[in-house]
Amino acid sequence: MIFISPIGPMTHTASEVCMNPKAKLPETEDGTILFNTDPIIVKYHYEIDYLHSYAQDSPFFAGLARKKLLGSRCAACGFTYATPRGHCMECGAATEWIELPNKGRIHTYTTCYYGGEAFLKETPYTLIMVEFNLVNTLFLSRLVGAEPEEVSIGMEVKARFLRNAKFKPTDVYFVPL
Amino acid sequence: MRPVYMITGGITKFAKAHPDKDFRLMVKQAFDYALADAPALTRNDIDGSVCSYFSDHFTRQLKAGAMVQDYLGLCPKPSRRIEGGGATGGLCFQSAWEAVASGRMNVCLAMGFETMSRVNTWKGNEFIALASDTNFDYPVGGFYTGYYAMMVQRHMHEFGTTVEQMAKVAVKNHANALHNPYSQSPALLTIADVRSSPMVATPLTILDCCQMSDGAAVAILASEEMAARFGGTPVRVSGIGCGTDAMRMADRPHGKVILLPHESAEEYKDLRYPGVHSFRGGRMAAKLAYGMAGINNPAEDLDFIELHDAYTSSEIQTYEDLGLCRYGQGGAFVDSGAPFLANIDYGLRFSDGEKWPRVPVNPSGGLLACGHPVGATGLMQAVFAFWQLQGTIGKHLGDGTLQIPDARRGLIHSHAGTGTYITASVLEKA
Repeated sequence: MIFISPIGPMTHTASEVCMNPKAKLPETEDGTILFNTDPIIVKYHYEIDYLHSYAQDSPFFAGLARKKLLGSRCAACGFTYATPRGHCMECGAATEWIELPNKGRIHTYTTCYYGGEAFLKETPYTLIMVEFNLVNTLFLSRLVGAEPEEVSIGMEVKARFLRNAKFKPTDVYFVPL
Repeated sequence: MRPVYMITGGITKFAKAHPDKDFRLMVKQAFDYALADAPALTRNDIDGSVCSYFSDHFTRQLKAGAMVQDYLGLCPKPSRRIEGGGATGGLCFQSAWEAVASGRMNVCLAMGFETMSRVNTWKGNEFIALASDTNFDYPVGGFYTGYYAMMVQRHMHEFGTTVEQMAKVAVKNHANALHNPYSQSPALLTIADVRSSPMVATPLTILDCCQMSDGAAVAILASEEMAARFGGTPVRVSGIGCGTDAMRMADRPHGKVILLPHESAEEYKDLRYPGVHSFRGGRMAAKLAYGMAGINNPAEDLDFIELHDAYTSSEIQTYEDLGLCRYGQGGAFVDSGAPFLANIDYGLRFSDGEKWPRVPVNPSGGLLACGHPVGATGLMQAVFAFWQLQGTIGKHLGDGTLQIPDARRGLIHSHAGTGTYITASVLEKA
């Protein structure tokens, strides 16, 4: 038997046709969460786990686990970064790792009473930018151990480290000196 | 490069949520408004488009720009997506300018949108914070209001800027928006209202911050020949500039001020710049745009400004970047009344101290009161500036209060997180 299909002739025997016009998708009971019907607003869940590499920044995070705060210094021009980077923004040369002092001063600060969803449960929390002697740039961290009204620009602070590192920048935080 | 003109524009009302419209329909409505306002122009006359939207997370749709292009019936003409954080809309406007200036297109559509209502506010804050360094900044408590709060805290420390001066910006922009039906949150506020509203990140209260929004805007740019062919009242784009700064605020240097033509190095000999108190990218953008437009003294040469006031504090910082006053004088500039409209009663008393020429800033209500659907915002500014220069504010808003008499030249300014990308574009009466 010869069937002529729109894409050309095909040969089949009747016994080879096994399509099922009564085929059914299985029904499930997970349903959909509906917020509204006009317009229809449904809940759409989205979640993802990344295999995120710290790449050239990795030594910084390894340093936190050893309770050391690492910055970087340009091998060519000497510009010194409190927040490390592999190459110098000023001249483009590669940087080398340096250990930062564990004491610094508050360059600026804020206390957050709201935040992104991930941090809501931690509010209020105080963010500070720390300046270090002989270092050209700053470091963002959290301050604990001081009430919001006790914080001021120029205040001296000291680095502390989590005992069990999580390999996150929050493994280091600052307290009043 | 050829002269470039804006020939029409359109916007949707900005609102907390437009669940009845997706991003395609919002852009379509803004596009139809623009076409209706330029009857001689048809869809066939458009050579291509650039589409701006900030976050794929908000849209829950990659390549959303391609869907807008097909929804408007513009396939198979050229198009591309433009993204640069909060400056997305301003960058899109400049990309359309480049398409026409280079001769690649005679008529280019710049279209932008954001649908931020698709997640709750706190998740939205998280998405926005992902536009900060996700190794070093975001995990520490990544929250944009917190970043800007730290910047203005330092501005207050360096220059004596006060929270009351910041509150006056909120009073101004919300009051202006009472006459703008496209705005999201018009209100007559007092300084006390702003200071007593919930604290978000010290010193910024919720009324110091813009809101998340749904909305769309389009601007259509054309060559001189095409602008003449379509009639109407085209407006010339006479200068564009863009600047950048390091993603991490921590990395901002402490060096010398980039000078504008009316400034001298001597004035800033003791200022370490930009630090975290000023936006170096905004100064660069202004310098380039002023150079192209032939502006030597912005406060005298500009009749109005629509700038990126995501926070009251960043409006004050931006006055200084744009050279409306000197670095450090932004607070006094507000106190003097210079950025306020002359014909609106704000319930404020202005100081008798130093005076600057009046340059209304954010007559539309700005981001603080209009809302900030990110990809649309920079184009919204272009549309309001276009209407100001045409003298058609009354026609489009149904209320002529915000029309600046004899407006000849205006500036629009778009700004991405902590000043990483900033655009400045000058528009003037043709």
